[in-house]
Amino acid sequence: MSKDIRIKKGLDIKLKGESEKVTENAISSNVYTLRPEDFHSIIPKLSIKVGAKLKAGEAVLFNKANEEMKFSSPVSGEVIDIIRGEKRKILAVKIQADKEQQFFDFGAKDPKTMKADAIKSHLLAAGCWPFIMQRPYAVIANPTKTPKAIFVSGYASSPLAADYDYVLAGKEKELQAAVTALSKLTSGEVHVSVGEKSNSPLSVLSDITLHKVSGPHPSGNVGTQIAQIDPINKGEVVWTVAPQDLVIIGELLLTGKFNAERIIALAGSFVTSPKYYKTKIGSSISSIVDGKLNEGNSRIISGNVLTGTTQNLKGVLGYYNNMVTVIPEGDDYEFFGWTIPVFNKISTSRALTFSWLFPNKKFDLNTNTNGEHRAFVVTGNYEDVFPLDIFPMQILKSCMYKDLDEMEQLGMYEVAPEDFALTEFVCVSKQPHQEIIRKGLDLMLKEIG
Amino acid sequence: MGLKDKLHNISEKTKGTNWETTFGAIHTLFYTPKETTHSGGHLRGADDLKRTMTNVILPLIPVLIFAMFNVGFQQDVAINGFPEGMSFFSGDFWNFDNFSVGALKLLPLIIVSYVIGLGIEVIFATINKHEVEEGYFVTGMLVPLIVPIDTPLWMLAVAVIFGVVIGKEVFGGTGMNILNPALTIRAFLFFAYPTWMSGDKVWVTGAKAMQGTPDAISGETILGSLAQGKEFVYSTWDMFYGFVPGSVGETSALLILLGGLYLIFTKVGSWRIMLSAVVGALVMGLIFNAVVDAGWINEGSKFYSLMSTEFWHHLLIGGLAFGIVFMATDPVTASQTNKGKWIYGFLIGFISILIRVFNPAYPEGVMLAILLMNVFAPTIDHYIVQGNVKKRLKRLKAKTA
Repeated sequence: MSKDIRIKKGLDIKLKGESEKVTENAISSNVYTLRPEDFHSIIPKLSIKVGAKLKAGEAVLFNKANEEMKFSSPVSGEVIDIIRGEKRKILAVKIQADKEQQFFDFGAKDPKTMKADAIKSHLLAAGCWPFIMQRPYAVIANPTKTPKAIFVSGYASSPLAADYDYVLAGKEKELQAAVTALSKLTSGEVHVSVGEKSNSPLSVLSDITLHKVSGPHPSGNVGTQIAQIDPINKGEVVWTVAPQDLVIIGELLLTGKFNAERIIALAGSFVTSPKYYKTKIGSSISSIVDGKLNEGNSRIISGNVLTGTTQNLKGVLGYYNNMVTVIPEGDDYEFFGWTIPVFNKISTSRALTFSWLFPNKKFDLNTNTNGEHRAFVVTGNYEDVFPLDIFPMQILKSCMYKDLDEMEQLGMYEVAPEDFALTEFVCVSKQPHQEIIRKGLDLMLKEIG
Repeated sequence: MGLKDKLHNISEKTKGTNWETTFGAIHTLFYTPKETTHSGGHLRGADDLKRTMTNVILPLIPVLIFAMFNVGFQQDVAINGFPEGMSFFSGDFWNFDNFSVGALKLLPLIIVSYVIGLGIEVIFATINKHEVEEGYFVTGMLVPLIVPIDTPLWMLAVAVIFGVVIGKEVFGGTGMNILNPALTIRAFLFFAYPTWMSGDKVWVTGAKAMQGTPDAISGETILGSLAQGKEFVYSTWDMFYGFVPGSVGETSALLILLGGLYLIFTKVGSWRIMLSAVVGALVMGLIFNAVVDAGWINEGSKFYSLMSTEFWHHLLIGGLAFGIVFMATDPVTASQTNKGKWIYGFLIGFISILIRVFNPAYPEGVMLAILLMNVFAPTIDHYIVQGNVKKRLKRLKAKTA
């Protein structure tokens, strides 16, 4: 049953530095890095030792809790370093890439004729399972469960996001193979959403239910769409997959190769000429941004400005990210910043802030918090940017005082940290909403499971 | 070396000492900190709590200036009689004599309120090792505006100490309190020193001091006159403009209305609370008018004159308008859910008029109505949130059934 999703509550953060729709090849990285911290709540175990030679797709790590779940090498090459932290926790596995890339052959499959169990073990073995996330808890899906539905958001509404219509163009075959496979894993449907006026390759697929989305961010967040289409109840599980990861799953099924290649957007006001680049998961940040940034103190983010992680030139393109954003760092004092009229920053109030006068202006925002951390004081402003039928401040407070019953009743099963990115942005008290929700979800996962 | 670097160096030096909090408060008055985002999103909106709070103070400034003129004007009226038919810009009101009398009386009140209140905030912030929060910015401005002009300074100081410590800090400071601190201060004054808070001697500066002398003057508020069934000379326009006796800042409905519109426009104050409180007051006023029209109460009753007051006049007289715009909308003590705000506001308006009519000894009901609803706001929110919880359970039941 197709359904149009119209979101009214929300906020489009319009920033300078949108990527021009031109794709270039990024310099190939010499060293690729897998970071277990990308796989939230998983305890990784090593499948290999330093010096091992790998083909692309061969397992580097596996999940301690479920040994079948593998995490693959994005390239063929030699494991040159394993970096460990406290208590010998694995922080990163570095792989030096070969000149000639070799792929491990998992064998081409036809998803139409495969059974659910066969698809599951195929994806687990080939390292494609980590692309499938689940809610509740916003972690990698538990393969022993059957979700009531699978959601794919093909509409990117976050600031400066890579345009899915553009990066997915020409990938119809891979996408089709992937959604056909996914449709066997759920008792319900595979819900795919696209923008209202899009010509996305996703909209021509079969074995899916298509939804058209319109409205401001967070209309493109998969959590917003789940709430509109088929909200999660206690005891239910849904899975979500990002479109760029569908392509990798699809290619595995069609060719038997784990090809970690993806088109990413390099965006932000600090990028000299923002464009799209073809690169691979685990590439070093410097291979993507070298020589493409303005001079000065900047922050490099793997992902978008609302949910991405801070990186530096030695950092890595995250496992789930399809963009790199570079914005100015805001580590400077501002004279009377709390009282002078503000024209160059975004605000949802009109308290001597004038962004409401320029609804289409693109802003050059920096990472300054624009004020100090305070207790929750102002009420009602979160609700204006929060489209879920959940009380945002109440659920945040319940996470802070760790009342599991209340967290459950208020709707924690339905949310992920990214759903609170906008309430965090508008928060007058500068509370770390996403961190509060993440800790709350982790607590529930530990206590309730 | 500029101011920025000097302050930065001092802040580095005070880090970790007991002066960190105090200096931090001063430092952040000049410069917003150079702090950047560490977790979650990498950007933050332009508003911080300081900005929000200053935008509550901004619309209070015209009210304060008007009050300074009005204090002098009321003394003049008490001695020389009320000039009838004044326009808003009349020279009888806006002159330097009036202003100087008022400013000399009011500035000490403001200074005592801020010095004592902020002093306590800084002490508690230092003990608890957190930043000085901005809540008292607004409270400190509200307090001088809601007391009678001749309130002795020591009395105000005692009340401020009580209000800030018992009303706010024991709950954990700004954001945690249950009762509006400014009204807690007002309520303390009212119950501890009732003779200074009501009657016909406290609304005109100097009246109490001259009591019993041949030159004795007095001035009764409109509410006071009505409660005693007396006549008063003020026209509706006088009440709207605010040329009447009363607590320092409560008299000018015009400036309070403009302030309310500013708060709504800037989205700092909740329009839901303001609108529903006005509706609540009008509904109660209409009910009383209907009671009078139905003849259930006659002129002999002590409630008659306030009950028969035209329903919308209630918004112009007493502190109702000021209370609705600047006190009821305090986000910490108000209802925190949007639906709850409608109920909360409505009941404030409704109960204010109820108390006003049935309590002739102290006809100003708005203070007690807001404090009462402050206490009930969490209960209102609880039921609104439970509604959401039930909806979620129902969805689950519909699925399993």
